[in-house]
Amino acid sequence: MIQLVWLAVLLPLIGAVLNGILAIRRPGAKTAVSVIGVGTLLGSFGVAVGTFTELLHAPVASFRVLLWQWLPVSDRFSVDLAFQVDHLSAVMLLVITGVGGLIHLFSVGYMRSDPGYARYFAYLNLFIVFMLVLVLGASLPVSYIGWEGVGLCSYLLIGFWYEVDTNSDAGKKAFLANRIGDFGVLIAMFLLWWSLGTLEYTGITMRAGAEFSIGSTMPLLIALFLFLGCTGKSAQIPLYVWLPDAMAGPTPVSALIHAATMVTAGVFLVVRTAAIFTLAPVALEVVAIVGALTAFFAASIGLRQYDIKKVLAYSTVSQLGYMFLGVGTGAFASGIFHLITHAFFKALLFLGAGSVIHSMHHALHHARSHADAQDMRNMGGLRRWMPWTFALMLLATLAIAGVPPFAGFFSKDEILAAAFARGTEQPIYLVCWALGLVAALMTAFYMARLVAMTFLGKYRGGDMSAAHLHEAPLMMTAPLVVLGALAVAGGLINLPHFAGGHAWLEHWLEPVTEVAAMVMKPLPELARSQEALLILLAITAAVAGLIGGYVLTSRTVIATPEHAAPERGLWRVLYHKFYVDELYQLVFVNPVMWVSRTALWQTVDAFLIDRIGVGGTARVAEGLGWLGSRLQNGQVAFYVAMFAVGAVLILRTLVR
Amino acid sequence: MLLGPSLALSAVLFVLGVAGVLIRRNAIVVFMCVELMLNAVNLSFVALARLHGVSGQIMVFFVMTVAAAEAAVGLAIILAIFRHTQSVDLANINLLKG
Repeated sequence: MIQLVWLAVLLPLIGAVLNGILAIRRPGAKTAVSVIGVGTLLGSFGVAVGTFTELLHAPVASFRVLLWQWLPVSDRFSVDLAFQVDHLSAVMLLVITGVGGLIHLFSVGYMRSDPGYARYFAYLNLFIVFMLVLVLGASLPVSYIGWEGVGLCSYLLIGFWYEVDTNSDAGKKAFLANRIGDFGVLIAMFLLWWSLGTLEYTGITMRAGAEFSIGSTMPLLIALFLFLGCTGKSAQIPLYVWLPDAMAGPTPVSALIHAATMVTAGVFLVVRTAAIFTLAPVALEVVAIVGALTAFFAASIGLRQYDIKKVLAYSTVSQLGYMFLGVGTGAFASGIFHLITHAFFKALLFLGAGSVIHSMHHALHHARSHADAQDMRNMGGLRRWMPWTFALMLLATLAIAGVPPFAGFFSKDEILAAAFARGTEQPIYLVCWALGLVAALMTAFYMARLVAMTFLGKYRGGDMSAAHLHEAPLMMTAPLVVLGALAVAGGLINLPHFAGGHAWLEHWLEPVTEVAAMVMKPLPELARSQEALLILLAITAAVAGLIGGYVLTSRTVIATPEHAAPERGLWRVLYHKFYVDELYQLVFVNPVMWVSRTALWQTVDAFLIDRIGVGGTARVAEGLGWLGSRLQNGQVAFYVAMFAVGAVLILRTLVR
Repeated sequence: MLLGPSLALSAVLFVLGVAGVLIRRNAIVVFMCVELMLNAVNLSFVALARLHGVSGQIMVFFVMTVAAAEAAVGLAIILAIFRHTQSVDLANINLLKG
């Protein structure tokens, strides 16, 4: 099955093409679209399972599946279109096709009444294709196809309802922010080729240790440029601004692309090129600091958002920060572990939010209300109507908050423990650990607030709409139940020793991270008491946050958006997201606009080219014409005089 | 032989014609000056014919034919202009001024 792994990519590609054709020819054939869209993903998942089981018993840990020679430029430079099936990509393959399949299934219910149904599934299938190419690629250029491709699909799906301007603007914003990052990856590729002469991951891992010494400039540059790409794709400071806006897309898209899979590509890339990062300790520190800061700031913004999807979006940014904190600490397996558990519970949260929005939208539509179906101030008390969604969202909340024994607890605790352990030697990591801990507290707080505002208390959307609230159909709740089970039990895949487990994922990923581990100093062992204290602290933070969020939210009277009092003080700053968008507008957008408008458009184009260039030529011709026209003064005598003078001059030259 | 004085007279007549065309504003006078130039040329043709054979004299007939045609067309134009503007002053005839 490993040699057939390309089937996992080909099937969704066929689905994308077929659905694309259907979108143009028969947009109404929704049954066919669903069968193709979900069916190809199911096949892809089957291939993934087959590949994984074969890899479990395989004698070697890494396979290279050559499809064809892609760029045979010269003896020194050639790129094959090849896939690398190893322990890391196999796990990613499972997560992407598994979670992706569930979200495809959910979409069947969620998007049923949308006129762009076929187009939606074509994009979604195409996204899976590119995402699989990204994780399966055996070299950076192949991964880069996927890297760019998922960006494209993200853009297409954010702006899916392009009739509304803000949606297509959000798509453009995401695309542009990603471009800045992609530029970094491109530069990193050039540098890698220049210094190592290879772009294959295995080659990079083998040669990096021999070519570079620890702490030299070249690996630092490469790592930082790669990380620039990661900040774009994985929404870290300073390029995170696109992700909250990306919520303009359909909610299943937010779950699949902007929570579970695409945005984790940066974490994946860091782990894939871990050999480079470990050779640049400074770069690793940068990764950890950026991750911790992002986790902290995004979580604090999440405290004061009212749009249910915005809260989850900032939560995603914050959790991605955790992952980078993990890989920045050198705990690569922990980063991937959190990536996986996060994929489960965040997909569940988004899909749950999706079914809430679906229901709210339906109810408000029937009540002819124009209230915002995503604003939590219009919700409240939904558990009466949506018990399943409520129960599952609650599970996911406990998981993301880090309450044992749910999935998020183990992964988050591992990252924090690793940061603390590293911090005993390098104090900067202690700061990261502290930021992460506070972020954990805030995570629990805003999640409790979200649940309390949405499901508890009294319904605030008006009696007219309350009559139309309903639980989501089975097609939508079934994937939620599966994800719920995963969110509860996901921690089992890497159950630490103190909880009676064997840290399976960590051992599983050892072949991938062993070269990096040889270079890195091993994490200092923590004493049992320290470990226990850390766990206690993490649990305290989670529980305190949950209780605090619940108590504060349920005590205050929540006004609907039109009656809401303006925000004050720090809340106001948080509500306005630290004014970062405004700052970027001022520092980057406005100067660019000024240069484009005043310098390029008005000066270069309108003045230099149009007036001097084009207009000037016309003026010269006009002037010469005017001079000529002076000769035509209408006086016959003058003409004759000119003629006589001319005749004399000609005669002079002829008669010598 | 009167070649020298004939050519001199021809030149004088020609210059008179040119001067008239350049200076006078009455279209009829200008026209007459043009005729004067043509006849000055005719005179030199005839004078030189004695040296170079009869082709010069034949040429005179051609010139006279052209002059007759020109007189007919030119006078017709001047008449037409006069009917139009009640004047034959060339200074007023400048419709094609650039």
